[in-house]
Amino acid sequence: MTPLRWATLVAALLLAALAGVMLGTLRLAPLDVVRGALGQGAPIDVAVVRTLRLPRVVLAALVGAGLGAAGAALQGATRNGLAEPYLLGVSGGAAVGAVCAVALHAPAALVPIAGFAGALGAVVLTLVVARAAGGRGDARVVLMAGVVVGAFANAAIMVALANAQDNVVRGALWWMMGSVSDASWPQVRMAAVYVAIGIGVLLALARAIDVLALGEDTAAGLGIDVGRVSMIVYVAAALLAAGTVAAAGLVGFIGLLVPHLVRMAGARTHRVIIAAAALAGAALVVAADLVARTARPPAELPLGAVTAIIGVPFFLARLRRLT
Amino acid sequence: MIAFSHVRVRYPRSRVPALDDVSLEAPRGTVTAVVGPNGSGKSTLVRALVGRVPLEAGAIAVDGAAAATLARSVLARRVAIVTQREEPAFPLSVREYVALGRYPHLGLWRAPAAADADAIASALERTGVAPYVDRAVTELSGGEWQRVRLARAVAQGGESLVLDEPTTFLDVGHEMAVFELLARLASDGQAVLLVSHQLNLVARFAHRLVLLHRGCVVAEGTPAEVMRGDVLERVYDWPLVVTRDPAVGAPALVPLRAPPRG
Repeated sequence: MTPLRWATLVAALLLAALAGVMLGTLRLAPLDVVRGALGQGAPIDVAVVRTLRLPRVVLAALVGAGLGAAGAALQGATRNGLAEPYLLGVSGGAAVGAVCAVALHAPAALVPIAGFAGALGAVVLTLVVARAAGGRGDARVVLMAGVVVGAFANAAIMVALANAQDNVVRGALWWMMGSVSDASWPQVRMAAVYVAIGIGVLLALARAIDVLALGEDTAAGLGIDVGRVSMIVYVAAALLAAGTVAAAGLVGFIGLLVPHLVRMAGARTHRVIIAAAALAGAALVVAADLVARTARPPAELPLGAVTAIIGVPFFLARLRRLT
Repeated sequence: MIAFSHVRVRYPRSRVPALDDVSLEAPRGTVTAVVGPNGSGKSTLVRALVGRVPLEAGAIAVDGAAAATLARSVLARRVAIVTQREEPAFPLSVREYVALGRYPHLGLWRAPAAADADAIASALERTGVAPYVDRAVTELSGGEWQRVRLARAVAQGGESLVLDEPTTFLDVGHEMAVFELLARLASDGQAVLLVSHQLNLVARFAHRLVLLHRGCVVAEGTPAEVMRGDVLERVYDWPLVVTRDPAVGAPALVPLRAPPRG
């Protein structure tokens, strides 16, 4: 990727973030945003910037960065442009956890934790199923195991929601559609830790992912322990995705879409693809959250719906190029 | 040198071994070709060498050291593999793809040094792919892609080169160019172990042939010793004659038409 394209990515993220803090029911000038962030200016501006919008924008950026990087690594390691971070049962498991928490009338703060636990449980189950099938590092077996666990989780959700009260169904659905509306600084700090660790691990493995993308036999011939390295990538990407689930629920399409975008922009090796996907994912989720928040005020659109609305036309365009 | 010694390999849930008591040697400075019908275990030899299938018995040695005891990166620095099938999943440039051949030397972290750049440049030059280094591997013809894969293996810089059907899907010109390149690499001192279906070509280029059938070595020696009509007819289960190549005098296999029915 050229330096100009890197600069464009960084500028896109900064612009989206600035717009995310400026725009809303209370509109702020750029200077007010800076003053508010520094704790100066009108108290209402300071409160809006520091307590409401800045943590929300930073959390959205972290979620986007995590999903973008995880998607890029998974697509490379599985050699599959349709791989995305919610594979390996992450989305289904997270939804089961959240639905259970809502159905059991758990406090709202426990719903994301239950979603995270459900996602982790599903990842472990997927890897156990793949291992039992004899395909510890085989991308096809692991992806199929993820599909099976995801399908089972969906069936469990339907059973749980079939006889649930309306408010339980609504609460569960809203969580599954993704949102960063409850962002807070403690949440940001937690998300920053796992996103930094997850992306760090994936960047460290980037060169090995380049080799894995050549195919398992060729990678073995180049000295890669295919089973072990693939497994580390799957686990790191799935944990990253599960971490974003705890912060924002399910935000679809970002992990699938963003790696395609950065490859189209000229990123070829995975150190570049993963880093660029983190930046692009962050910019896209911040922008999508801005749309979700401002498209129909005072109501909010679900973040996951907005990211899907962005993603569908992109994939339709890709489909046209393939045919 | 690569040496297989009494190797037995069995795939999971299979009662019959894919390789049974297979012994062969591929010394430096020679082209050794493994031939045999489909399903005879040729590709399993390559997979066993890189540890993709476990050995049930026997051992594989590379330059005297047991392959199983070598670290994967050490083995990859000594032996470069070109597998039977490899489809580019993403559009790396030819230069980026060939540079991945240096992975066993660089690992996850080491920055490429002058020696790596030299090895890549030399591999590009020797395999004749230098003119299209900036093209994406997804845009290459079948012949160009096979050459680029060879360039990646040459950049790996080991003393041994193992190739599984490197000329599948290639036309006569590209096929000959690949075989000429392998002959040059062998004359430069590399051990070239080649799995191939092209009996007539390997008869011209290989120093030694190993004929596999149902996982066992049924003949081994010079092309003239191995390419005998009665042996090949039995192994390939098809009527054929072995004649002499009029140009160079190497043995040449001519499969016959099936006898008319009734």
